[in-house]
Amino acid sequence: MKIQAQVSMVFHLDKCIGCHTCSVACKNIWTDREGAEYMWWNNVETKPGTGYPTQWEDQEQYKGGWEKKSGKLNLKMNGRLGALGNIFFNPRLPSMDDYYEPWTYEYNTLTNAPEGDDQPTARPISMVTGEPIDIQAGPNWDDDLSGSEVYAANDPNLEGMSDEDRRMMFEIERLVFFYLPRICNHCLNAGCAAACPSGAIYKRGEDGIVLVNQDKCRGWRMCVTGCPYKKVYYNWSTGKSEKCILCYPRLETGQAPACFHSCVGRIRYLGVLLYDADRIDEAVAVEDADLVEAQRAIIQDPFDPAVIAAAKANGVPDAMIDAAQKSPVYKFVKEWGLALPLHPEFRTLPMLFYVPPMLPIQALVTEHGVGQAHDESGAAPFFAALEQARLPLRYMARLFSAGNEDEVAAVYRKLIAVRVYRRAQNTTGALDDEARAALDGAGLTAEVAQAIFELTAKPTFDKRFVVPPLAREVNIESMVDPFTHKTEAGFGFRRDAKRGG
Amino acid sequence: MGWVRELVSPQSRQWEELYRNRWQHDKVVRSTHGVNCTGGCSWNVYVKDGIVTWEMQATDYPLLDAELPPYEPRGCQRGISFSWYLYSPIRVKYPYARGALLDLWRAAKAEHGDPVAAWASIVGDPDRRRRYQQARGKGGFRRFSWDEALEIIAASTLHTIKQHGPDRVIGFSPIPAMSMLSYAGGSRFLQLLGGVVMSFYDWYCDLPPASPEVWGEQTDVAESADWYNSKYIVAMGSNVAMTRTPDAHFLSEARCDGSKLVVFSPDFSQVAKHADWWVPVNAGQDGAFWMAANHVILKEFHADRPTPYFIDYVKRYTDSPFLVVLDQDGEAYTPGRMLRASQIAAFADAEHADAKFLVWDETARALKMPQGTLGFRWQKVKGQWNLDLKDGADGASIDPALTLLDDHDEVAPVTFREFAFDRDVTRGVPARRVETQDGPALVVTIYDLLMAQFGVGRGLAGDYPQSYDDEDAPYTPAWQERFTDIDRATVIQFAREWATTAEQTEGQCSIIIGAGINHWYHNNLLYRAAIAGLMLTGCVGRNGGGLNHYVGQEKLAPMAAWLPVAMALDWAKPPRLQNSPSFHYVHSDQWRYEGDFTDLQPGSAPGHPLAQGHTMDMQRRAVRLGWLPFFPQFDRSSLDVVRDAEAAGARTPDAVKAWIVEQLQSGDLRFAVDDPDAPQNWPRVWFIWRGNALMSSAKGHEYFLKHYLGTHTNTIADDVSGGEPGPEGKLDLVVDINFRMDTSALYSDIVLPTATWYEKNDLNSTDLHSYIHPLAEVVPPCWESRSDWDIFKAFARAISDMAPGVFAGPVRDVVAVPLQHDTPAELAQPAIKDWAAGECDPVPGKTMPNFVVVERDYAALYDRFVALGPGIRQDGLSVHGINWGVADLYDDLAQRRPASTRNGTRYPSLADAKDAADAILYLAPETNGESAYRAFKVEEEKVGLPLADLAEGTRGVRIAFDDLTRQPRRVLTSPAWTGIVNDGRAYSAYCLNVERLVPWRTLTGRQHFYLDHEGYIAFGEHLPTYKPKIDPAAHGDLIKTQADEGAIMLNYLTPHGKWQIHTTYSDNLRMRTLSRGIEPFWMNPDDAAQVGIADNDWVEVYNDHGVVVTRAIVTARIPRGLCLIYHGTERTLSVPKSPRRGNRRAGGHNSLTRTRLKPSLMLGGYGQFTYAFNYWGPTGVNRDTFVLVRKLDGEPRW
Repeated sequence: MKIQAQVSMVFHLDKCIGCHTCSVACKNIWTDREGAEYMWWNNVETKPGTGYPTQWEDQEQYKGGWEKKSGKLNLKMNGRLGALGNIFFNPRLPSMDDYYEPWTYEYNTLTNAPEGDDQPTARPISMVTGEPIDIQAGPNWDDDLSGSEVYAANDPNLEGMSDEDRRMMFEIERLVFFYLPRICNHCLNAGCAAACPSGAIYKRGEDGIVLVNQDKCRGWRMCVTGCPYKKVYYNWSTGKSEKCILCYPRLETGQAPACFHSCVGRIRYLGVLLYDADRIDEAVAVEDADLVEAQRAIIQDPFDPAVIAAAKANGVPDAMIDAAQKSPVYKFVKEWGLALPLHPEFRTLPMLFYVPPMLPIQALVTEHGVGQAHDESGAAPFFAALEQARLPLRYMARLFSAGNEDEVAAVYRKLIAVRVYRRAQNTTGALDDEARAALDGAGLTAEVAQAIFELTAKPTFDKRFVVPPLAREVNIESMVDPFTHKTEAGFGFRRDAKRGG
Repeated sequence: MGWVRELVSPQSRQWEELYRNRWQHDKVVRSTHGVNCTGGCSWNVYVKDGIVTWEMQATDYPLLDAELPPYEPRGCQRGISFSWYLYSPIRVKYPYARGALLDLWRAAKAEHGDPVAAWASIVGDPDRRRRYQQARGKGGFRRFSWDEALEIIAASTLHTIKQHGPDRVIGFSPIPAMSMLSYAGGSRFLQLLGGVVMSFYDWYCDLPPASPEVWGEQTDVAESADWYNSKYIVAMGSNVAMTRTPDAHFLSEARCDGSKLVVFSPDFSQVAKHADWWVPVNAGQDGAFWMAANHVILKEFHADRPTPYFIDYVKRYTDSPFLVVLDQDGEAYTPGRMLRASQIAAFADAEHADAKFLVWDETARALKMPQGTLGFRWQKVKGQWNLDLKDGADGASIDPALTLLDDHDEVAPVTFREFAFDRDVTRGVPARRVETQDGPALVVTIYDLLMAQFGVGRGLAGDYPQSYDDEDAPYTPAWQERFTDIDRATVIQFAREWATTAEQTEGQCSIIIGAGINHWYHNNLLYRAAIAGLMLTGCVGRNGGGLNHYVGQEKLAPMAAWLPVAMALDWAKPPRLQNSPSFHYVHSDQWRYEGDFTDLQPGSAPGHPLAQGHTMDMQRRAVRLGWLPFFPQFDRSSLDVVRDAEAAGARTPDAVKAWIVEQLQSGDLRFAVDDPDAPQNWPRVWFIWRGNALMSSAKGHEYFLKHYLGTHTNTIADDVSGGEPGPEGKLDLVVDINFRMDTSALYSDIVLPTATWYEKNDLNSTDLHSYIHPLAEVVPPCWESRSDWDIFKAFARAISDMAPGVFAGPVRDVVAVPLQHDTPAELAQPAIKDWAAGECDPVPGKTMPNFVVVERDYAALYDRFVALGPGIRQDGLSVHGINWGVADLYDDLAQRRPASTRNGTRYPSLADAKDAADAILYLAPETNGESAYRAFKVEEEKVGLPLADLAEGTRGVRIAFDDLTRQPRRVLTSPAWTGIVNDGRAYSAYCLNVERLVPWRTLTGRQHFYLDHEGYIAFGEHLPTYKPKIDPAAHGDLIKTQADEGAIMLNYLTPHGKWQIHTTYSDNLRMRTLSRGIEPFWMNPDDAAQVGIADNDWVEVYNDHGVVVTRAIVTARIPRGLCLIYHGTERTLSVPKSPRRGNRRAGGHNSLTRTRLKPSLMLGGYGQFTYAFNYWGPTGVNRDTFVLVRKLDGEPRW
């Protein structure tokens, strides 16, 4: 048992309002500069939809992530030729068409236009060419669309769905969409890192953050292809790749990453998971249907004395173990089994987990107009039953459980049961038969349902984000006396002054 | 694990400093955004190297209650992109003037020397005036100095006052709550001048007229945390996830806690994504759904099984037990006026017996006169204005009968108008015979009228529906299907779930409602249908209940202390306050383009004399009778009027008043509204700040361009007024104060650079939460910008310096004031009588506006601006009809805080916006516990029940500006508002009324189902009812514009969008990048296919009013027959020319609208229907508009 600590994440999609505040928080701080204009380390997608870059989930096109062939795991990009064979030519990179051509406007015209016979206007111009641009794409082009033959219908997750399912999804009265915010998953089996010929991509030992070393990166861009989530971006100005850094300068000072901090839907949770690194090989080698369970299995109980001992033996600090015990992520992922990885079939072991969105009750067209779906007894239930889901479970299973519908259904039963239980508490003040049945059906006790409710509905900042101490004084000490650092930091004298030349 | 390298050693990771260096910063300062979004979010703004680099939400809100989810973080995608503006190329950095005007000015100045004479020479010459007016909006800006700008502004203002009168100088700035001092700087300046401050809440169509109608309240709602207390939530016409971004989490959190969320929306909106139940009611037909839901609620939860909680509630807190006199109409009757004490011998001697209303006591079997009605509010004896169920004559307890079903003399056939099919239904209503002073009368309870109106038969005779399936009988579940397209079973199930939850939780069902309902012409009826559902189930005045109307950031928490500062009441009153809808309808000549209102607003019977004619005639009557204000007041300068009166021997204010009445009667003096297009009646100088008055809110934008500005317009509508064509270019000068070059700036004559929200100190509050926030000077005003407060202070100084050359000394002015809400003028006009028609005497303040003489001292303008005047010390603070003394607090301010000394007297200084903020905070009951305590003491006396205990525990609280910069502070419970926030309780409207029996400020003191006003009866809106949507032909958007092949007609909706707050942020590169790079046109795929439009195609959208050229978004999310352009389109960004309108630059979203005022909302002079600023009057509706859309011919031309 090799116990490692990872700062991990949960996004509760039922709470996501698709506002993109997270995206802007990130952009303001990290990617608002030349060469990085098109980088959205954090973006939010409307699902069903094509995402950013467009149709990123289609690995037949992009060849990201891993594939299991005759029992062996290989990067999909290395399918036909070896990694070295591809080093000078990587045909699987997204092009500017798959991203977009960044633009701005001739704002100055409004103030500077000479008097004419008509009103001036600020035309859009390309940030690449400086010429007027006909805008055809953007980083969030199909925002809030759904129900569009052009965009939602091209969602790769619809591949293989029946015509009936598709028809259901696009009828106006059954229309639906939800949001999928995405950042780097800081995977345990990261495709980007495995693909890097320069060894520039690494996982930080203390917290598992995956970084591209900007000194070592040589701009091969294999990481862009290797990452099935398309969360590494090539900076055309510096010639190096960049990606989400999980705001380590903020984490190191005890603050949640900017996109977590700014999440106004309060959907995000951050905390430490302890996992058994020795079992990674095993976890990525199982059949698709078992991937979720296998990943859950390598996440370890931070209260288990054996795990604690193994963690200590592997140099995990006490403070990290303490943080793991308080981790909201552990509760959602392991204890309650409510949060699932995105596309586990990419086999990168993503460490960002999603609670799937609740699904509105289906509306039906009746002889009298639009009405409500009824259950078998003819009664319309107060809350939507799982069977009345707007979106087929198949669709959710393609996103969050490599097609295993039982995994997704189990989550929904719990989410619904918590609401039925709370309604009973609020209206009758008692655990009535309906609530009891819902809890039993979901395999929840009233206590666990209450705990899920508390952490979902009322968490304070401190409950959502349990940032572990990252022992900066210890890290710095290995290079320079922290006292010296205190006195010198910021002067820029850390590197030797060069004379002459 | 072999694939991924783990790196522990810090030495090998030294490069990580790169990103650490970026994160490092020098300073973090708390501020917020002043943008009318209702967010009022606390932000930390980061500064590095003296430059604002980014912002992050502050998360240190004090927790209300551990049982509620916390308020953190607050702040959305728009707010977090604000830092882009500070240094962006759209920032206004320097003063600019239109070159054509600047040339004329410099030449005139060289010729005349005197600046006032120079200005007169320009505007007095039609050719010169035309020269720069025609250049408006067409480029040619030139940078100039602040000194020159101030000289032009002072000269033009003084010239206008001298030549035409001070009420030809107008100012528009919206939503003071978003930055109170920035608003107050301009309004204070204008009021000291005698200028006109224009309303916004009604013009923006944020005001829900149903709120004054039902509650006598502008608006009061729950803070968003209280949604969490709700166990059944309806969101209708309000896209919470998109437009209440920082609050939306309370919805998903309430759902997790077992609440059900039902969304009524024609499109699958962002909030529908969160719904348990999405009910796609046809656009604008929510009223029909609610009428039918109320039918079910009344039948099942009132008639068949009287639910004790509901019955008790409506009896105590609504007008439903009050009696209405039936008017005979042939064989049948119609509901008439409420039975009042003056009509019954036993009560007729009571003071204000005309405004005391009667009920039938179930136990005593006699008429009773409950306390708390309007007459008790304004009578001499205090202490009877409360909702304790006691008779006001003898103090005995009363038990009002809701229904006379078991105790009637006869069942009277009563006719009710059904507007949907333009017919009457006659239904039996149990009635009692009473002997009035005028003879015998039949009376019924309002409750029984409701049962009849909603069609709940209870075994009575008449045209009652047989069952829920009766499609032809209003207002059954089956009846509503043809309007809503919603299955009857849905209505029935909804009504049962709603009422059952309300019964189980005692009123914890709520409605979140917004612009999607409030922007329809008949919005008040849509609202009242829904409000009836709340009242019938006891869901108002309860935490977790209520009508939560969120349209506009109207809630200015420290209102009572802010008002005197903002309106300069500390020096002179009354202020000149104008309802903007009337102003723009009249002055921008939009009235010229429409005929009579009868098709839009039918009356209760064909040909009813009060319910027909032209809206302009109703507007004139409203001014003449004192229902609404109007400026300019007279066809002569108000200064000249006083001078002439004095010359004619009027020595006292009363004599001046009498002289004016005489002159008006003889016709020698006329109201300006009677001839608004005569040059002497034009508005002349317009100051615009903190708003986009020429675009974002300008319903009928193209008419603004034509008649106000005199520049190019794309309207092709015909003037149908029959007279001379309307004048073009009424305004001499338009000054825009702005930090970004928006459409209003682009079309103004002078653009002045203002500080952004990160460059000034100010205050901010909202109704979505109960904290008060600062805006703070994170960095000093950039380039040559100044704060709004400092800009108006500079105007004041420039005018004071120039004034002695124009006015020899102080002058006297007279202000016309309409009958005011929350004053005894509410008693003035129980019946409509027109003095001009000889129906009554002209009595100022009773049958016509009041006229008040005021002194203006232009040389002292600056001194007064910067000093808090003695008016506050003398008069105390007032709000909603209560007044309390603050002389000691004023003296504290004068003695201990920064002061300005004038003639040996110390005045609290207002020289700096921060000082002004502190003065307000020190006086306001919401931030000074002592002030709250005193206000409650006064209210207690008036009401006669204990109230001051609510303020006892917080009497020592004093919140200062510096406290706010450290942490957001929660406001205190205050009688200025109706919620109770003690001990961490979430604010919910009207809890004070329900729990402490403080009356609503209405006729009965209760919530009104029935609107007892002669005009409301005439228009058939006395009971909750349904009026159909207005058809395109009646609305008249497409008279000259004919549909041709390739074009499709659609109903044009402008909801609030995701990437802008009104027009702010719509030009922000961040927001444009995350959307489509343009403000697109949303339409349904089948509609698009019909005219060959594909996603992202360029389209031309047009009607008689104007044209928009943009790109299409084609999605099944939008139902057929509708289209959207999200509200807040600028003409500044990416707007091509329009081939269909002569290849001229196309417009913005308001190029396609023209304002239509609902004439019944001009009625007034009585009870809750009396005027207050932003409280009463018609609103700027716009949802009933129709457009044509076609694919743009060829490539866009720029």
